[in-house]
Amino acid sequence: MAALTREETEALIAEVLEVYPEKARKDRAKHLAVNDPTLEQSKKCITSNRKSLPGVMTIRGCAYAGSRGVVWGPIKDMIHISHGPVGCGQYSRGGRRNYYVGTTGVDTFAEINFTSDFQEKDIVFGGDKKLAKLIGEIDTLFPLAKGISVQSECPIGLIGDDIEAVSKKMGAELAKPVVPVRCEGFRGVSQSLGHHIANDAIRDWVLDRRDNAAFESTPYDVAIIGDYNIGGDAWSSRILLEEMGLRVIAQWSGDGTLTEMENTPKAKLNLLHCYRSMNYISRHMEEKYGIPWIEYNFFGPTKIIESLREIAAHFDDKIKEGAERVIARYQPMMDAIIAKYKPRLQGKRVMLYVGGLRPRHIIGAYEDLGMIVVGTGYEFAHGDDYDRTMKEMGDATLLYDDVTGFEFEEFVAKIKPDLVGSGIKEKYIFQKMGIPFRQMHSWDYSGPYHGYDGFAIFARDMDMAISNPVWNKLTPPWLKPKADETIAELKKAA
Amino acid sequence: MIRQDARGGYVFYLPKRDLEDAIVSMEFDTPEKWGGEIKLNNGGSYYIEPQAKPARLPFSLRARRLDAAE
Ligand code: SF4
Repeated sequence: MAALTREETEALIAEVLEVYPEKARKDRAKHLAVNDPTLEQSKKCITSNRKSLPGVMTIRGCAYAGSRGVVWGPIKDMIHISHGPVGCGQYSRGGRRNYYVGTTGVDTFAEINFTSDFQEKDIVFGGDKKLAKLIGEIDTLFPLAKGISVQSECPIGLIGDDIEAVSKKMGAELAKPVVPVRCEGFRGVSQSLGHHIANDAIRDWVLDRRDNAAFESTPYDVAIIGDYNIGGDAWSSRILLEEMGLRVIAQWSGDGTLTEMENTPKAKLNLLHCYRSMNYISRHMEEKYGIPWIEYNFFGPTKIIESLREIAAHFDDKIKEGAERVIARYQPMMDAIIAKYKPRLQGKRVMLYVGGLRPRHIIGAYEDLGMIVVGTGYEFAHGDDYDRTMKEMGDATLLYDDVTGFEFEEFVAKIKPDLVGSGIKEKYIFQKMGIPFRQMHSWDYSGPYHGYDGFAIFARDMDMAISNPVWNKLTPPWLKPKADETIAELKKAA
Repeated sequence: MIRQDARGGYVFYLPKRDLEDAIVSMEFDTPEKWGGEIKLNNGGSYYIEPQAKPARLPFSLRARRLDAAE
């Protein structure tokens, strides 16, 4: 099927919206749009970062998930307490596959779940004493932990516990940073505010701790900001930067440490991958320490080359030559991959629905393989994300913000893409519809996808998903023929 | 917060709304007097108390909304 025209896409949106009651229809209509890459400003056509509509299935998380799960969780030498009832800790078992090196339980803790396990009496009488005791116990059991963060769940804000006071007191007692994070789940409309709160907590409690400490710096110090090392992403990015002659002094926060974060103000340039979750701290460092920041994109050779050159432009000729050397070195490897997979994937159409940066960053990688992204959307983006997305997407493609379960299914059923990239909650719906699917949050237990090495894996995975013969053998339950119908008729009707 | 982009233009950023936009005009833009009414690319306008131009950008300051674009 050829790409839809603008009118067809508009008609599709109208058709999908039809089932809603009038008020809901009006609200949802603002979140669905047909892309027009000539527009500078997304808000003329799409609304984002609004409260999800009650009654529909949203795929968003909460502020606690954004802080505990995304920003703080991967910092490996700290212990992050899920402060409140045990259930929310579901988000905190290292389920995002933030890889790290270290001995878990001795000097690294990213995969262990710590919670204050609130009971009724803690809600009634307050949990501050329990928290203080818990922090003491952690220090006894895990003396090598460099610091502790207290990640508030909903009840903490509701009962008005003073976690700041406890943290200050315990921090002084243990001579370790104890960071209170007010990321109660009810704050904000999605996990996005949790990222912001987490950034602010780092700014207030961590960033300036080594301002006056000695540091042997070089003119080539950079920090990787907003790479969570999913499946090793930060590593496959880091080696490229090092190969071109830069020195990476910190990784935020995948495989990152507290000390690295404290040292980041010594960097010469901050390299920002996930704009959505860490632009706040980058802006702060620019203002306070005068460290410029740039956004880069390490998905797919075209974008990698662009980004390497842009990064190098901030340094002297040595680094610029280094960048060219890296590009030249990997080019044959990229050519071979593209020669192998492009003929198999050429013209295949993809729909994405992911989080922070991927709905726009990955587009280039698909295009390198000759594939077309026909629809994309974010769980929790803001206007500035869509500003950046609209330039990347083709004309008349579909944009959907905080898409509901129903809308996404309908869009996919109508557009019939060759691949859907989204999360675990969507995976089985689409697979049962007979559409190849890749989880684009966790890389479907694969990865890394960043950098040149990542692209090789990315290309292989996409080919594996799409070219899998199983899709032709599968008849979804609702397409099973009744007594007098044939599959062909039903498929035609669908 | 106001910062300078790669091309030397001013960029306005309002943390509370995550609004990032280019400033198309600023009433006063000299080293001694800087600020006043600013107009954004999205049509909104804000007012910052005229002051000496900050020695270094980005710079955080208080801006009053005159007319937000929505
Ligand atoms: S919304 Fe509140 S209760 Fe639910 S997971 Fe988030 S912090 Fe926990």
